[in-house]
Amino acid sequence: MTTPAPTQTNKAGLTRNDYKGLPSTLCAGCGHNSIASQIIAACYELDIVPEKLMKFSGIGCSSKSPTYFLNRSFGFNSLHGRMSSIATGALFADPSLRAIGVSGDGDTASIGMGGFKHMVRRNVPMAYIVENNGVYGLTKGQFSATAEVGLNLKHQGTNQYMPVDICMEALASKATFVARSFAGDPKQVKELIKAALSHDGIAVLDIISPCITFNNQENAVHSYTWGKDHEAPLHEISFVPALDEIELPGDFPEGDVREVTMHDGSTVVLKKLEKDYDPTDRGKAFQMLEESERNNLLVTGLIYIDTSRPTLLDTFDLVDTPLNRLTEPDLRPARETMDKINALMF
Amino acid sequence: MTEKIVNNFSLTIATVNGSGSQTANVTLLRALFKMGIPVSGKNLFPSNIQGLPTWYTIRLSRDGFTARRDEAEVVVTLNPASFARDLASVPPGGAFFYADDIKPPIDRKDIAAYPMPVKALARTADVSPSLREYIANMVYVGVVAHVLGIEMEAVKQALSFHFKGKESPVNSNFGVVQAAADWAKQNLTKSDPYFVEPMDKTSGLIMADGNTAAAIGSVYGGVQFAAWYPITPASSLVETLNVYLPQLRKTKDGKATYAVLQAEDELAAIGMTVGAGWGGLRAMTSTSGPGLSLMAEYAGLAYYSETPIVVWDVQRIGPSTGLPTRTAQGDLTETYFLSHGDKQHVLLLPGSVQECFEFGWKAFDLAERLQTPIFVLSDLDLGMNQWMTQPFEYPDTDMDRGKILWEADLEKSNGVWARYKDVDGDGIPWRTVPGNAHPASAWLGRGTGHDENARYSEDSKTWEANMARLKKKYETARTLIPAPVIETARGAKIGIIAYGSTAPAVDEARVLLEQANGPKTAYLRMRALPCTKDVHEFVKKYERIYIVEANRDGQMKQILSMAMPDQAPKFRSACHSDGLPLTAAWVRDAILEQEK
Repeated sequence: MTTPAPTQTNKAGLTRNDYKGLPSTLCAGCGHNSIASQIIAACYELDIVPEKLMKFSGIGCSSKSPTYFLNRSFGFNSLHGRMSSIATGALFADPSLRAIGVSGDGDTASIGMGGFKHMVRRNVPMAYIVENNGVYGLTKGQFSATAEVGLNLKHQGTNQYMPVDICMEALASKATFVARSFAGDPKQVKELIKAALSHDGIAVLDIISPCITFNNQENAVHSYTWGKDHEAPLHEISFVPALDEIELPGDFPEGDVREVTMHDGSTVVLKKLEKDYDPTDRGKAFQMLEESERNNLLVTGLIYIDTSRPTLLDTFDLVDTPLNRLTEPDLRPARETMDKINALMF
Repeated sequence: MTEKIVNNFSLTIATVNGSGSQTANVTLLRALFKMGIPVSGKNLFPSNIQGLPTWYTIRLSRDGFTARRDEAEVVVTLNPASFARDLASVPPGGAFFYADDIKPPIDRKDIAAYPMPVKALARTADVSPSLREYIANMVYVGVVAHVLGIEMEAVKQALSFHFKGKESPVNSNFGVVQAAADWAKQNLTKSDPYFVEPMDKTSGLIMADGNTAAAIGSVYGGVQFAAWYPITPASSLVETLNVYLPQLRKTKDGKATYAVLQAEDELAAIGMTVGAGWGGLRAMTSTSGPGLSLMAEYAGLAYYSETPIVVWDVQRIGPSTGLPTRTAQGDLTETYFLSHGDKQHVLLLPGSVQECFEFGWKAFDLAERLQTPIFVLSDLDLGMNQWMTQPFEYPDTDMDRGKILWEADLEKSNGVWARYKDVDGDGIPWRTVPGNAHPASAWLGRGTGHDENARYSEDSKTWEANMARLKKKYETARTLIPAPVIETARGAKIGIIAYGSTAPAVDEARVLLEQANGPKTAYLRMRALPCTKDVHEFVKKYERIYIVEANRDGQMKQILSMAMPDQAPKFRSACHSDGLPLTAAWVRDAILEQEK
């Protein structure tokens, strides 16, 4: 009889299984399933204790996915376009918890655009993933606000309206972390999720995640084929956890590598590819996005980062104990204050 | 001059919105209160920042009645735009004070007319020219005080309160009041019968508005999170939280045990509130009709996901934008059934400033006990006007945090629990909240169909069983909500049911009915929905039931008719809604008319 191989655990003492969710009910081959796998991998590799992370979503195919990862995390699959507000309120319950949100292009860029932009401008500490496929899936294939002009869809005709660029919207709302990735590039997706989860503030991660049922035609910009043919990474990104020594892959001349130190001491290493790109310059980020659209490119990578801005929770001088652990003596003013308050009335 | 009329008349002051007259009006109200005279003040103001006419009516009632009256025997006007209307409104024998710079003809011989040199006296004030327009209002305070007999000391106390004891503004304002009173003494001869004399009927009482009471009540209820969006007439509720939370709810080292956040709209305000409530915080939002309509979708999610939140609706008249600065009880049916699908909500119906305070804290206990949204329906009249009230009473019960499981509880049960299981037979399940570190603690909240373990389910039987449990929980709610206040009357054949801010009008109307040799009435004031056993019993006892409310459609009558269809033929509506609080005379007449 052979002894079974010891189950591998991470520094939290947990196995990969501890990060899993229920089996996906999305279409086989859906980009969202690939992203859910990368969320599981990223959380495992970051040694996150599942109970210390909250997950949120709105309504739509993408918003179903919190069921498919992190069974041991609290979460809320909320209302269409309203993930931003429920997450904002929930984060006050226990500021020691991290948060990840999964939304779609309909959920974020149409019905939830207002809430999205306000969540961004408040710098709510959450990794905000948009699984962007340009189409409404659960309602069977209508155009979303990120669909490109001229896109033809069965039963829908041709889209006439300009697409919303989620990264542009995030930048315009003063996001402190903006990234774009492609579900067909799982390694980059995982590294960016790790970086987003380590960012202390709003981290908007727009992931082109093809809908294989309704919008995966070769010429559609949210398809696997188009993405693979047009992806232009800004840099090669790798995430180095705090306390780990940064080992650069191979030999690099000075100036070819940028390091961004995150709030928790981890580092995002950006290795230069064709051109140098500075992700701390918002103006250049806008320019880069403009150019990539003009040049028909799917530019991916860390587009913008600012680690200096306080988060929404930082602006409240809250007690150290999580608010949801406070009890009556903390919450109800003492009896003798009542007379004083009455005396303040006329 | 006819016989003296003492402490039993109304005084209306007509000014221009934004001119600072509110300080003067409240000063008169408070001075009268300080003299021991029962008073009530009603601000009739436009939806405008500056320039439109506004009226403030103070009722003095030696008998202690505080409902609005239609008539005002004493009228003061500083506003040329409303002058003709104000003059015409004075009843024969009444008094009319006016700024003498308006100079229109006064063509009435049946009233006492008093000119006031407002501009001339304001010029003598010891203030910068920019404040002169504001301080001019103190001229009418001084003149009216002298002619009616309001004590100068009481005026000074009122000013001192308003300016928080700051000597400079108190002195400059009081200086104008005194100068105006002196001027009146030398130049005016009293020719009207209205007098103010000290009484002792306000000792032990305080003055406050309902929104302030609601906010302070919420602070004592342990509010931890409030998200809101500005809307008249609810804004001052959360703004008042921002005044008292820092005073009452910081730790010794100055850290906050609460967070207040202004949202981008009402959709987000309630969404944040639901997030915080789900997270285990005592969470609230406050709004008015238009905001409430926007909150409908999240209200349904809170109901179905069983998330405790408190929603204050300070009602204004609708539908639609309606009249943003006028009152009504028009959101009752909307709130009762807010959101789509099968559901009914728990409503609290404060009928006084004191109850605004009480329900301020009680609402959180009910929300956490029942794991459901609790709606508190105040209105503009109750929320924004100053009322005499008993002092706020410290909560008489400990906080009820409801059925919540923490790590130690789950260890005891070896992690066995189910989020939506009715283990106690009252329809109320147990919950855990984020931050609970037990590996079996987590669950995924959702507005989609779910089983006892909060897992997504499309199973028909599971759906129906869960909805049946929610209905059972609603039955439990009936046993926990505030009971109605009942006044019986020997030999009464008819009963009155009312709720909310119509209470003062109904109280007085019952006396007026007696004076008119009308029918004897029993009275039940509802303080919550759904109907409790007491309401059913009350209705059964009487031949006819008049349901008094400030809306067009008789919304409480609709709800009660559904709750007890066999009794519905007894119900008669006494409903009326023109944006103003009901008067006792109207209530009396509405009943007498139908009793003919």
